Amino acid sequence: MRGVVITGIGIVSAAGEGIDAHLEALAAGSPRIDTESFAPYPVHPVAPPDYDRQIAKKSDQRQMEVWQKLGCYAAGLALEAAGVKEDAELKSRMHLIVAAGGGERDYAVDGQILTGLRTAENPGVFLNERLMGDLRPTLFLAQLSNLLAGNISIVHGVTGASRTFMGEESSGVDALRVAHARIASGQNDIFLVGGAYNAERPDVLLIYEMGGFLWKQAYRPVWERPPEGGGMILGSGACFLVMESREHAAARGATPLATVAGIASDRSRRTPGSVGQALRTQIAALNARPDAIVSGATGIKAPTEEEQAALRETFPEAALHATGDVTGHMMEGQVPAGVALAAALIARGQSNEALVTSVGHWRGEGAVRLTKAE
Amino acid sequence: MALRDNQGRPLVAVTGMGVVTSLGQGKDDTWAALTAGRSGIRRISRFPIEGLRTTIAGTIDSVEVEPFCAPMLSEQLALRAADEAVGQSGLSRSDFPGALFIAVPPVEMEWPQREALAEASGQAGDVTYKDLLKAAATGRFKAWHDLFIFGTVADRVADRFGTKGSPISLSTACSSGATAIQLGVEAIRRGETQAALCIGTDGSVNPESLIRFSLLSALSTQNEVPEAASKPFSKNRDGFVMGEGGAALVLEDAEAAKARGATILGYVLGCGEKGDGFHRTRSSPDGMPAITAIREALADAGLAPDDIDYINAHGTSTPENDKMEAMSCTAVFGERMARLPISSNKSMIGHTLTAAGAVEAVMSLLTLATGRIPPTINYKVPDPTIPLDVVPNEARDADVRFVLSNSFGFGGQNTCLVFGAEPKGA
Repeated sequence: MRGVVITGIGIVSAAGEGIDAHLEALAAGSPRIDTESFAPYPVHPVAPPDYDRQIAKKSDQRQMEVWQKLGCYAAGLALEAAGVKEDAELKSRMHLIVAAGGGERDYAVDGQILTGLRTAENPGVFLNERLMGDLRPTLFLAQLSNLLAGNISIVHGVTGASRTFMGEESSGVDALRVAHARIASGQNDIFLVGGAYNAERPDVLLIYEMGGFLWKQAYRPVWERPPEGGGMILGSGACFLVMESREHAAARGATPLATVAGIASDRSRRTPGSVGQALRTQIAALNARPDAIVSGATGIKAPTEEEQAALRETFPEAALHATGDVTGHMMEGQVPAGVALAAALIARGQSNEALVTSVGHWRGEGAVRLTKAE
Repeated sequence: MALRDNQGRPLVAVTGMGVVTSLGQGKDDTWAALTAGRSGIRRISRFPIEGLRTTIAGTIDSVEVEPFCAPMLSEQLALRAADEAVGQSGLSRSDFPGALFIAVPPVEMEWPQREALAEASGQAGDVTYKDLLKAAATGRFKAWHDLFIFGTVADRVADRFGTKGSPISLSTACSSGATAIQLGVEAIRRGETQAALCIGTDGSVNPESLIRFSLLSALSTQNEVPEAASKPFSKNRDGFVMGEGGAALVLEDAEAAKARGATILGYVLGCGEKGDGFHRTRSSPDGMPAITAIREALADAGLAPDDIDYINAHGTSTPENDKMEAMSCTAVFGERMARLPISSNKSMIGHTLTAAGAVEAVMSLLTLATGRIPPTINYKVPDPTIPLDVVPNEARDADVRFVLSNSFGFGGQNTCLVFGAEPKGA
């Protein structure tokens, strides 16, 4: 099996842009928060990047909604950091796995239609007519899950082939897991992997509020929320990683930041204790001995308490961080962001081995073990 | 016979198949209708069609779900197809010994649910998302969170069949079904699993989905005779017709399958893919990505172009796709392309979108098993720029050993699969 290393990170979130800003935020632990725009639901708003720097054509920017622009921007940062941005030949054989949900809606149109439906003589016909008349044709392309990958191919020329995984937090772990397996087995040499999330959207808040998962009180860090009932604060941002075989990185003179030593991902029907048990099993399977843990914990009561207990008990000495305290909860993008933080800690010499966890807000448990690059 | 391919990887056998389309429940019904040249396209009766440019689709109206919405119908189609496939394989229906890879349509809350939230909010004036959020906060709609998140269909299928590990829900647009199979093949070749349940499902003919495709001018508007609207490779083709469907394949390491005495229905010999950075909905004018995907699939299968006996086309009936597909195939297969049979199942079942690659994989394998090639129906006005043998209007018997199945999608997705009754040289 070939070794798999990370050679480039592109990240943008409430903490700002780039790995320095994110490590600073990890130390400071007080992320930017917006309690007004969607009150009573706080969100961690992205610091809007200067999109022109990574998405040169305005016409491309106009074809995308925010989640796609964030993803495309972070993908460009990752390619730049890995030193492959200008290498068209390499990018034409670079594979892409994106963890994604779906895109924005036209909130004004939705509201007008719902208002009109109440009094429409024939609601079905009214709906048809309004959708035919009011939807922007290109909005569909900004909604389709696989069109973040499509836009990355167009904007950055990453055209090996793309696959888009869906399924909330688990899709982020599985995107990394499958890329890792394909590199380790020798099927492919180099990947761009990541996810993007726009939390500043009423339709996503709606989904999670229906489930009763959102934090609605004064700001508290992730680990402090369970005693007060628990809940998650969504965050906008994106993170992409360049992953490649150790040999491939060496041959092109790239400096690896960290080694991806192993990835575990599973699901089970959740029962009391099942989250803690899943993590303990995965930690054992990965043979993890971390001195730093970057947790993807949501802040939702039961899973967060179980995760915290399992981690504290297994690794009492390890520094325990929560990605949510840096970026908020970026759903599909949460694990890529956690892996970026962990890889940066290792690259800076602040950790010899790190563990990234992913306990989904509703289902799915995963863990990524990162070790020093050499 | 060697149970490894010429690259030393485990051979991947198909030991179970299931399908449900607008032509019928189960592969026997669908296959009988498909080879009889019957269309499953009909006038939409599920919702009002006034005000729409397209009023036809290959809907599956026999499956009742509550509440009626794309994830519920997609889940049912997946479960039915998987039940048939796993049943045929002889593997456990409740403790399936392998991974799940499932192509699912991107889901979101639909209009009936938005309306229910708007009503529950009590807002008598202009409705906004603030009102919907207020209704959501009552806790009365908790079940809809699970229903409308992206991982739920896979989770429920995984629960039902007891598949192992984290199920992969995926989308590569209209090549999703083929990608699900490709992921299964790769996992078996890597030795991660000895079995994989690979599914494509799509039950998303609803007003907004249809209108979105309509606004992109992707759909046929030849509504007068629904059965005649989908006419791949014809000069008067004018767009695709949406269809619903589900298909499942049980893939196994051939050695494990033989060891347990399973009946092998065929092999997935090769997978090829290539991204296209040209445009969001159109493919590179030179056809390079599609050509590369076909060549990669052949190379992965250890076959030469001359080995392919039949192509199960992507064949959407859009002006763009059919022209590009013909050009790309001709570039790979050369002058032989004029007589190499290529037909489109979509002429009868419409474009089952997320499910298409999996549905058409099952049909490709049935062609291998029966020696019968389903036709491209509605082929009355040949397109002189596409001089292909499209198996016009009537099924044909032929000696078919190797089949190429093409899938192409928005976002630069090109995925091709090669199936064989036996590996080459067997």
